[in-house]
Parts: sequence; structure tokens; C-alpha cells
Amino acid sequence: MSIPFEHLQWMYETMVKIRTYEERLVEAYAEGKYPVFNIGAGPVPGEMHLAAGQEPAAVGICVHLKPEDTVTAPHRPHHHAIAKGVDLRRMTAEIYGKATGLGKGKGGHMHLFDPATKFSCGGIIAAGMPHAAGAALASKMRGKDWVAVAFIGEGAANQGAFHETLNLAALWKLPLVVVIEDNRYGISVPKALSTAVERNDARAAAYGIPGYYVADNDVLEMYRVSREAVERARRGEGPSLIEIETYRYLGHFQGDPEVYRAKEEVPGLREKDPIRRLREHLLAQGVAEQDMAAWEARAKAAVDEAFAFARDSEYPAPEAALEDVFAASEV
Amino acid sequence: MATELKQRLLTGNKAMAEAIAQEMTRDPSVFVMGEDVGRYGGIFGATEGLYEKFGSERVIDTPISETAFIGAAIGAAAEGMRPIVELMFVDFFGVCMDQIYNHMAKIHYMSGGSVKLPLVLMTAVGGGYNDAAQHSQTLYATFAHLPGLKVVAPSTPYDLKGMMISAIRDDNPVLFMFHKSLQGLGWMAPIDAAVGHVPEEPYTVPIGKARIAREGRDVTIVAVQMMVHHALAAAEQLAAEGIEAEVIDLRSLVPLDRQTIVDSVRKTHRLLVVDEDYLSYGITAEVAATVAEQALYELAAPIRRLAVPDVPIPYSRPLEQFVLPNPDKIAAAVRQLMAEG
Ligand SMILES: Cc1ncc(C[n+]2csc(CCOP(=O)(O)OP(=O)(O)O)c2C)c(N)n1
Ligand SMILES: [Mg+2]
Repeated sequence: MSIPFEHLQWMYETMVKIRTYEERLVEAYAEGKYPVFNIGAGPVPGEMHLAAGQEPAAVGICVHLKPEDTVTAPHRPHHHAIAKGVDLRRMTAEIYGKATGLGKGKGGHMHLFDPATKFSCGGIIAAGMPHAAGAALASKMRGKDWVAVAFIGEGAANQGAFHETLNLAALWKLPLVVVIEDNRYGISVPKALSTAVERNDARAAAYGIPGYYVADNDVLEMYRVSREAVERARRGEGPSLIEIETYRYLGHFQGDPEVYRAKEEVPGLREKDPIRRLREHLLAQGVAEQDMAAWEARAKAAVDEAFAFARDSEYPAPEAALEDVFAASEV
Repeated sequence: MATELKQRLLTGNKAMAEAIAQEMTRDPSVFVMGEDVGRYGGIFGATEGLYEKFGSERVIDTPISETAFIGAAIGAAAEGMRPIVELMFVDFFGVCMDQIYNHMAKIHYMSGGSVKLPLVLMTAVGGGYNDAAQHSQTLYATFAHLPGLKVVAPSTPYDLKGMMISAIRDDNPVLFMFHKSLQGLGWMAPIDAAVGHVPEEPYTVPIGKARIAREGRDVTIVAVQMMVHHALAAAEQLAAEGIEAEVIDLRSLVPLDRQTIVDSVRKTHRLLVVDEDYLSYGITAEVAATVAEQALYELAAPIRRLAVPDVPIPYSRPLEQFVLPNPDKIAAAVRQLMAEG
């Protein structure tokens, strides 16, 4: 399989952007929370679920998407949002609780809604799956070739909504692709203690749909299987299920004591870093170091700009809390 | 002095975990299920140390399958086991509400009393730390509205332990709501109320009995959990101005101790109800209706209510602080009430 150069470049640059973003958030989140950690303190309060290490899942499929395609994401949504092209400035402002944010500060990091790029996420496990199926249904009813992609964690594959949605999507041949990011844990519970099958792609058989498995956080393999699944959906042949083995470098949330995993685990995972592996692949393909440095610089500049915008933005007026419960309606 | 020396201080979460451990030791049919309740000890520490003590057979980490494991608690309880299941945040009720609303709460009734469900469903409630609309609700009224489920919401470590033991020994399903901020967790804003005296030996605190948290003659403030502590702080402010507020900690929402509320209002002639839940159709309405029905002519001024103004809990700090009641807002409401009569 040959991968167009622009796709490789986009995936690399986007992975760097995601990683830089998440690392920046580690710092921003820590501000004002120490010496005694307090979840409600600092410029970025509340829970914070970061996706450093999980970039391949997002970029490997979003590279195949069009602006009209829909993406739903769970509580760990930044890599998906960035890969779908959500405005980084307004997303960051939302995470900072500012009036310029995607939700005017009402949603926060787990609840990002961007109709412009057809992206949304939420804090209830597996809840985005039926929403994606609904977007796929709308596409089908309107005779479009738009697809919907639902991202979930491996822990979410044990939720009722997962099974109900797969059956419904398969039955109705909806243009849906479900991506399961197996990062080994649902909070502290390892996959083996939560899931009756070793690999969730096996569950595709229960719904008569294709199931794919991507081992070892391999972005190129993710690219390949995603292309098949997205093309199949676009052709109107129905849903697919992809599970990717991926790596969570940070805690479940920032502040997680991580008592459930060995200290050596993360350093071991980092040795197989997918960004570095793609970089080596690009070098082997003859891409010049300085070209990659330029892409990296562009990614970092976008992140810098987004954080500056968020910090410089105003907080919403307190009374704005009372607005937006209902849409204005003529009826 | 002698009694003070004997004070044994525990955080809310340790008080709960101690209650569960003592009941598990006493009764082999008691066991715990939920997400991250094992080695992690519960996201809000309610099962701290239990896994080490009782092992994975009785302290069971579940898949993220609330319908299945809460439903399984119902099935096991019907067989005579006494399960304690944790719904990590009350906000997640949506994925398993059928099990709670249509089964847990109704089976005893529909069976004509022949099936008992001695189980505890424990769940974390509350906001104030910017966790937004899907992780900050209390939803007291959503559950208290439903016949067939006892609902408790303790506000002190002492009551957390005593009411947990009562809940475990009760032959009915009990929804045990604990407030995140009152667990005394290392990663939340530290507050004094999250630590308190807890005797080591097992004891019960009755379900269905309110507690007078502070006596006063001028106005009755009825509250639950965090709002009790905010009301007490407001009462301190007001005392400096010569207003003596009586603060009632409901502790139990079902059954509701209406008598204690009415008795207090007969004494103070003024009522403010404070709630961290949504305003409309909630606890504030229920308490106000009770007083209107039983002591209307005792009132010197109209009843006042303070609660989340019928909006989802917003994320951003200034927005969230705007919608949540706090001591200043409570004190202001009381001053207004006093000015009215
Ligand atoms: C219905 C529901 N149950 C429980 C939770 C609490 N919760 C938040 S994240 C999480 C673990 C999710 O694991 P996984 O799906 O593997 O995603 P990951 O966090 O690993 O990305 C849990 C149990 C929730 N948000 N919603
Ligand atoms: Mg996971």
C-alpha cells in the first residue's frame, strides 16, 4: 500500500500537534493546583483526561475524512478534535472556561461541540456511539456519502450502548466506523478484568460486520484498515469496527496516582513512541530533516497561538449561566 | 475534656469504608461491586482498603456495564445476598435507570411483599470543582421522587458510617448518596466538615430521622449535605448580626422527617430551604409544600427557596459559582426573609 506523501505529512504534523497540545495541558492543568493538589483550582480546573501516546488512533482514520463527515469522541477527546480540525483556539478557550470557547465556557474539556467541523464529545461512556449512528442515518436518509466515526475506549465496549448501536448500525447498513482505543485500562481496571474476549474486533462477528485489529499503536496500519472501513461506509455497505492497541502515557486523569500499573510500564511504552516511529519511516522514505522540523514548528506555533488566545480571552459574565438552556424558537 | 481526648477523627470516605468493612466481617452475604472499587479503592475512596482485606471475591471490579452489575445486585439480593453496588457518579444513572426505577424500587411492591431486595446502591454526588454538567449533579429529587427506594444523603463522617450500617442492614434497597466534597479526599479542596468524630465500634444512625445541626429561634434553614455546611457558615455570619438560624440536616430524603421540619418552623416562623439540586420540582418544593400543608399559619413571611436555577451545571468557574448556593447567598436570603416579617 502506498500512502500519498501529503497524508504522511499531515499525520506526522498532526501527531506532533496533538502531543505538543497534551503536554502543554499537563503544565497548564498543574498551574495553581500544588503543593496540595486540588482538582478545582487553577486556570484549568475539573477533570482532565489526556491522550498523549494515543495519536495514531485519531490521525490514522481522520486523514480519510472530509469536513462533512461526523466524529464523536468520549471523555478523552483532544486528539480526535485536533485530527478532525476543530478550531484549536476556541477549543482551548473552552478548556480554560472562557467566553470565546466553543461552548462559551459551559462545557469544558469533556464537552466540546463544534458544528463547523461536525465534532462532539461527552463524559458518559459509549454515549457518543448512538450519536454517530444518528449522523450516519441522517447522511443515508439524505443520500449523501458522508460517514460518521465514533471513538471509544476499550472499557466502553462493555456498555449496552456499544452493543445496541452496532446491531442497529449493521441492521440498517449505516455508514459508521467505530474505533476502539485499547489503552489497556478503563481507569484502573485492566482489559483482562473487564472484557470477556481478548480482542474487541472479535465482537464484530456478532453483528456480521468487518472487524479489524491494529497491533502496537501502528499508525500506518491504522491508516490502512481505516481506509478500507471508511471507503466501505462511503459506498453504502455498512459499518465496521476497528480496535487499535494504543498507549496511554499519562494517568487516566491528571492527578491519577496510577497505583494499578507498574512504574516501568510507561517508560516501556514510550520506547515505542509512534511519533518517533513515523519520523523514522519518513526519514527512510527520504524526507529531509529540515522539512520535518518545519512541520513541527508549524504544529507548535498553532498550539502556542491557541493557548495565548485562551489565556487572553475573558471569562463569561456570571449571569451567562442562565442562557442557552433552550434555543430561541418561533413555535 | 476527657471526652474530647477520646475523639477519633476520620474522613468521610474512611468512615464509609469502615462501615462496609465491619458489616462484611459480620455478615458473609455482604459484598461490594462497582467500577474501580477494588485495588483503586473507589474513585471517591468509599471502598478504601476493602480489597486488601476481603479480596477480589467480595470486592469486585466490574466492567463499565452499569445495567448489568446493578441489575445483578438486584438478582443477588433477591437470593438473599446483601450487595453494595457503586454507581461512580450519580450522573451516570442514565445508562442503568431502568434497573433502578422499574426494578430495584418496585419489585418488592409488585411481588406483594414476597421479594426482598436488601441492597445498597452508593453513589457520589455534587459539584463545585468545575466538572461540568455530566459530573456535578446531585439529583436528589430524581431518586427521592420514586416510591420504593429509600434515599439517604449524610453530611458528616459520623452519619456516613452510621447510616451506611443502617443501609446495609435494611431489608430494602437504599440509595446511599455521598458528597464528593465531604469525603475528605486528598485531591479536592480540603474542608473541615469532611473530617469528624467517628467511633470505632459499629453503630447505626436511623434512616428517616433529620438532625438539628444548629438550634436557633429566628429562622429555619433546611438543607442536605454540602448545603448543611454552607447553612451553618451562613448561620455564623447571621449570629453576628443577631439573627439566630436553626439548621436542619435532612440526612434522609426518603423517608423524609417532616415532623422535625414542621416543629422547627412552629418555633421560628420562617423557612428557607437550600438545595444543591435543581430548583423546580425538587427538595425545596417538597419541604415548602410540607410546611404549607401543616404549618401555613405559623409563617411570619413567605417561604424562600435557594437552589440551582434550573440550568445544567456549567463548567467555567464564574458560571458554576453563580448557580451554586453558598454561605453568602444563604445569609442574604435569610436577611431578606427577616426583613419581610
Ligand atoms: C456510563 C459511565 N460509567 C462510568 C463512567 C466513569 N468513567 C469515566 S472514564 C472511565 C473509563 C473508560 O475507559 P475506556 O473506555 O477504556 O477509556 P479510556 O479512559 O481508557 O480512554 C469510566 C469508568 C462514565 N463516565 N460513564
Ligand atoms: Mg481504556
